[in-house]
Amino acid sequence: MRYLTDRKRAVGKGASGSGTEHFWWMTMSSVALAFLVPTFIFTFGSAIGGTQEEVVAHFARPFPAILTALVTLVGMRHFAKGAQVMLEDYTAGSLRKGLVIFVYSLSYLLTAIVLYALGKMVFMDTAAQMLNQ
Amino acid sequence: MAETKRVERPLSPFMIGPYYRPQMTSMSSILTRITGNALIAGFFLGAWWLIAAVSSPSYFAVVDWIVTSWIGWLFFTAMLWSMWYHYLTGLRHLLWDTGKGLDIEIAEKLGWGALIGATGLTFVSLIILWII
Repeated sequence: MRYLTDRKRAVGKGASGSGTEHFWWMTMSSVALAFLVPTFIFTFGSAIGGTQEEVVAHFARPFPAILTALVTLVGMRHFAKGAQVMLEDYTAGSLRKGLVIFVYSLSYLLTAIVLYALGKMVFMDTAAQMLNQ
Repeated sequence: MAETKRVERPLSPFMIGPYYRPQMTSMSSILTRITGNALIAGFFLGAWWLIAAVSSPSYFAVVDWIVTSWIGWLFFTAMLWSMWYHYLTGLRHLLWDTGKGLDIEIAEKLGWGALIGATGLTFVSLIILWII
């Protein structure tokens, strides 16, 4: 005999098994991105066309560096969890699990690559300034 | 007492296919998913370009050529449109979450608004980027 009632076992779970947590996370990150993305378009877009030194100097400045890092961190998680929903809609079984692991890995990899590049840009720009003194 | 009984319920057919005609509501919805997932391609090229900028000059030259060529321009313009479209339909979802704008007439108008708005915002963005 089960001691939990049907209701007690169902509350907060639903078909996802985790209630509305995923949905709420996407809502929160979408609001964050709504503030970040319009500025990012111009911060990123205005750097295109510069020389290598200019590109490094551009992203080494605090505002473009922090904004690009934020858009990457929030945007890549938003992508991973959004792509997960798409995969859960159209695929099943081991294929679904494999593809979800793939998009999660891809978004973490791209995040790490961008953060590494930004960090090295700050370092390169600081070194260049010290050499000029 | 708590045994679950499987009930055979009819499933609603997929919105794209022979059962429904193409409609603004379903098409603007699927386009939200397509643009959102397509943006990973733009992010991929952007990240590649950034990592190339901290690599050797010859390596940067290769990636920068792709980014600044007409192919790169066309690609990033498509990404810009996708970004703005996904942005506007994302705002539409936030509106829907409050329980407003769910009537068919308003939802269809919001669909057209996202299509026209994304195109307009892409042009405005390109003009601003050309000036600055």
